[in-house]
Amino acid sequence: MTTNVIEVNNLEHKYGDLKAVDNISFTVKKGEIFSFLGPNGAGKSTVINILTTLRKIQKGEAKVNGYDVAKESKEVRKSIGIVFQMMCLDYEMTVFENLEYHGMIYSMAKEERRKRIDELIKLTELEAKRNVLAKDLSGGMKRRLELARGLMTRPAVLFLDEPTVGFDIQTRLRMWEYLRNVKKQGTTIFLTTHYMEEADQLSDRISIIDYGKIIVTGSALELKNQLGKDLIYLETSDNKAAADILRTLESVKGVNEDAKFLRVMLGVDVTHILPKIMDLIGQNGIEITTVNIKKPSMDDVFVHYTGHDLREGKPEEKHDESKTVEALR
Amino acid sequence: MSLAFRAVYWREMVKFFRFKSVLFSSLIQPVMWLAFFGLAMSKSFDKLTSMIPSTPGVPTVDYLTYMGAGIIAMDVLFSSLFGGTTLLFDKKFSLLKETLASPISRINIVVGVGLSGMTKAFIQTAIIIVFGRFIGMNFFKGYDPIQTLVSVVGIFLLVGIFTLGFLFLSGSIAITVEQPEGMQSILTLLSMPLFFISNALYPVDAFPEILQFLSIFNPLTLLADGIRYFALGSNFSVMGGHYIYTTADIAMSFLGLVFFALTMLSVVLWRFNKVDI
Repeated sequence: MTTNVIEVNNLEHKYGDLKAVDNISFTVKKGEIFSFLGPNGAGKSTVINILTTLRKIQKGEAKVNGYDVAKESKEVRKSIGIVFQMMCLDYEMTVFENLEYHGMIYSMAKEERRKRIDELIKLTELEAKRNVLAKDLSGGMKRRLELARGLMTRPAVLFLDEPTVGFDIQTRLRMWEYLRNVKKQGTTIFLTTHYMEEADQLSDRISIIDYGKIIVTGSALELKNQLGKDLIYLETSDNKAAADILRTLESVKGVNEDAKFLRVMLGVDVTHILPKIMDLIGQNGIEITTVNIKKPSMDDVFVHYTGHDLREGKPEEKHDESKTVEALR
Repeated sequence: MSLAFRAVYWREMVKFFRFKSVLFSSLIQPVMWLAFFGLAMSKSFDKLTSMIPSTPGVPTVDYLTYMGAGIIAMDVLFSSLFGGTTLLFDKKFSLLKETLASPISRINIVVGVGLSGMTKAFIQTAIIIVFGRFIGMNFFKGYDPIQTLVSVVGIFLLVGIFTLGFLFLSGSIAITVEQPEGMQSILTLLSMPLFFISNALYPVDAFPEILQFLSIFNPLTLLADGIRYFALGSNFSVMGGHYIYTTADIAMSFLGLVFFALTMLSVVLWRFNKVDI
């Protein structure tokens, strides 16, 4: 039997006149990794802050582990672990002390506390760093320590707000491994991210969120399948005319016109249809300058549903870190 | 309130003993006050007041001993007034977030920080009493061991309540201001009148009336009076002045400080409940 660990109905949140969260509803099932994927400023952090009771709910209803965030905030808090977007460790305390403090704050008995600390230090592979001050850890290790801390109380659900923002690719890959192990041990995970691969590789289900609205929800595979079997990127002398021609074909599921490219979504295998497409466009006197074939990725899914590129998104709200990591791809 | 304040207390103490420079300076500070300021002032005062005949039949107390009580009061005033700064840094580096996001109520944070400040104040008080003995500060003169013990307990009790009051005040400021510089200037501004409009260092008898009146409500005066009652006795003369402390006086000190501490507790809780994270 699957139960819902998180249930959100018609949630709305405004900052002054700005609607940061616009009437969203979703559920997170027990034991799954659920991601909110969207650009910075899409409303992801607001949702996480409401669900973790750090921000008062304005309109709508939200339940975490069966408890109402508005009326039973204390119970909600006991049920969850949080890894904040900003690092918040006591740098002047050791790995052990940071965990010990957390356990004490949550009134865990000493024996249980020590046992849990040993388990988590092992899980996050910080054994050698147990008595090292947090300030002397690498960025990835600090994040792992925060992960361990979030898990101290064996929460029903772990919230992670942009868990790998600003990390290099290797560190991110490792972090994902840890998160998969956490899931294996039965913890439900809710995370927000603006990294496509993070949502793609890690999540059981993804909600794409943009301008405070959930655009679409599904598994990475389901979302990608919506875009057909294959994608062709075409650059032609007349993209508009070419798009009109392609739309008449039965095996073409859809055509997006980008600034430079045509993105052609196919319902059939590309190998059979490509020659026909090339011919058809050529016959109409349009010159094809570039052809690129690929399997649909989360990037394509995002563009398809939101109508804009995540990294072009809202430049004024963009993190510097994201720029560098995106550039590496 | 749960027992979670112990976690906050534990963390503060771990860091108190970890930062050797903080530890060292907080231990050496009372000694410096006593050794430099105390000796210098008492020598000048004794020279000036040596001509004044003392009241016959009343034990005379030298100025260093009189001022020793004030030094304890001042030393714990400064350390507790600045003690809330830890909260400002916790807030600034978003460390406070972890605690504020937990199910414990905020009073635990306040009490934990308050108790750690109290512990530090006790250590400083003990240092002054012990070190003072070596340089001629005559506390508990003519007391038997039981009387001495009772007096020590009395002094610590007063110091404890006083420290909590000022830590709560300091915590309220820390949680309200955004920058350490702002905190610094508010504290400096506050410490001036507290420091000078009190009888910590000199008797207030010769103050202008308005200042004399104000000094009655100064927690520093209440504490210094209380310490003197326990350390010097209820009847002594110093610098020609004759001092008699009645039971009502000492009760006033206690009640005044308790009132002050409780008021500050409600202020700090009010400020804490306003904190947004």
